[in-house]
Amino acid sequence: MKSPDTEMPESLVEILTPSVAGRPALKVSNLNVHAGNHHILKNINLEIPENRITVLLGPSGCGKTTLLKCMNRLTDLYRELEVTGSITIGDDDILNSTTDLPALRQRMGLLSQRPYPLPVSIFKNVSYGLKLKGVRDKRLIAFSVEKHLREVGLWEEVKGRLNAPATSLSIGQQQRLCLARGLAVKPAIILADEPTSALDPTSSKIIENLFREIKKHYTIVLVTHVLRQAIRLADHVIFMHDGEIIEQGNPGELFENARSDKLRAYLIDGN
Amino acid sequence: MQFKRQIADRLYGSWMIVSLATILALPLVIGVGLYIKAAPMLENVSFFSLIFSSEWAPSAGNFGFRPFIAGSVHVTLLSFLFTAPVCLLAAIYLTQFSTRTLVKIMHPVIDVLAGLPSVIYGVWGILIIVPLVAGAAAFFGTASSGYSVLSGGIVLAVMCIPYTLNMLIEVFNTVPSGLKEASLSLGATRWEAVKHVVIRGNYPGIISAFGLGIAKAFGETIAVMMVVGNVVKVPGSPFDAAYPLPALIANNYGEMLSIPMYDSALMFAALLLLMIILFINLFFRYLIHKTKRQ
Repeated sequence: MKSPDTEMPESLVEILTPSVAGRPALKVSNLNVHAGNHHILKNINLEIPENRITVLLGPSGCGKTTLLKCMNRLTDLYRELEVTGSITIGDDDILNSTTDLPALRQRMGLLSQRPYPLPVSIFKNVSYGLKLKGVRDKRLIAFSVEKHLREVGLWEEVKGRLNAPATSLSIGQQQRLCLARGLAVKPAIILADEPTSALDPTSSKIIENLFREIKKHYTIVLVTHVLRQAIRLADHVIFMHDGEIIEQGNPGELFENARSDKLRAYLIDGN
Repeated sequence: MQFKRQIADRLYGSWMIVSLATILALPLVIGVGLYIKAAPMLENVSFFSLIFSSEWAPSAGNFGFRPFIAGSVHVTLLSFLFTAPVCLLAAIYLTQFSTRTLVKIMHPVIDVLAGLPSVIYGVWGILIIVPLVAGAAAFFGTASSGYSVLSGGIVLAVMCIPYTLNMLIEVFNTVPSGLKEASLSLGATRWEAVKHVVIRGNYPGIISAFGLGIAKAFGETIAVMMVVGNVVKVPGSPFDAAYPLPALIANNYGEMLSIPMYDSALMFAALLLLMIILFINLFFRYLIHKTKRQ
């Protein structure tokens, strides 16, 4: 089987390949999230470096997922949440009310805790985002579906049953399908919210290896509470506790020389 | 102690089986009972000539059920036309877009509407809908008393809305928020996410809610009987009066039983009603099965 890249027509390169150069990293400034009297995120300031895996580490309920959902404005779905501050990509503040949300969300691929395949076929799951983007060319869609299923190592497993319901796949395959579906809309940043928490060790390893592969092309923000996963994958670590950032930096330094008691305690418990 | 627990276990087990068997036997017992009572009618005239004949002259021994079947079908279909879009959009709004406060207000309102006795809907129909329909008929240049298929359809729709709406709300509430978020994250607008995930993913549930709604509408008696006119003829327009099957039974059972075969004819009408509702249920089961496979 020939690699799809060798067959790709020149005119399609722009649509299908994520460009790396000049892609601004994401910057969060003075971000606060309240739900009524509950202060969920407290004055968050951070930067997400480009083409790296940034790990948001911390115990359950510390606000990691809320922070992630601020980054693609899924917080808008929860009326009780009040979000203030700024999250900028380049010069654009995505918390601005004028932000084109579908376009923003296509730039920020989401991989959730457990896979949520759409109630359609395997093929249509991957082509879904492209159709929303307005791509109608069937050849281009088929090409993209194959390319991204190959990218997540699923093509050989599903090529004979692309029209089968996505729910017929194993949960590990479903999560890879969800990743392929997200990659197909050519995001700049991938927001992964504990993407291996529902998976068996083998499937988790596949996802972790994929992240290492694809960070060449994408910036990855990975939420996890598993210390070992953070150690395996992180290029940059942000440790959160009770809605606050306690420490952030290079994983080597952070894990060797934790300055705060909270991180030290977390490291001891995690090991 | 152990012995006591085992006895209790067996007792509850048998109790559950007996309860279930009673529920399963009910439609069968009713069906057989109706068939036995309707048998004299079926001995004289064939089933098909009974349901396709329009001639209704009990004293002359002519029992044609076509006008009654047509009346029921017309009123039910009309009510479905009103109910389906209203319920679908209202359920989508309440589960996907509305504030919690509105949901909290709407729930008791829907429950009250569902719990109102049908005679109240009937009275409301006579006082409000029938005059409005008579006015509308005059506007369109047709003579109508207002007691018509259209009035029956509207009253029936209003009665079925809380019932169908409640079922659709239950169906849409089962959609995991992660699925909606997945669709939005791929660049869908909120409406697109609703269309692709909430509606398309729930075809079986939607069909099931509509099916039960139609079956309920078909058998509804009192309110419809009060506004539909009860004239034995196949309705030609929504402004014409009709005579649905349940109204035929309710209006006449216990009266005019001195006419030969009349009792048997009414039991045949009841059997027919049971068969049609069974058919509607089977048809919707088939649709659900088909959409689930897809």
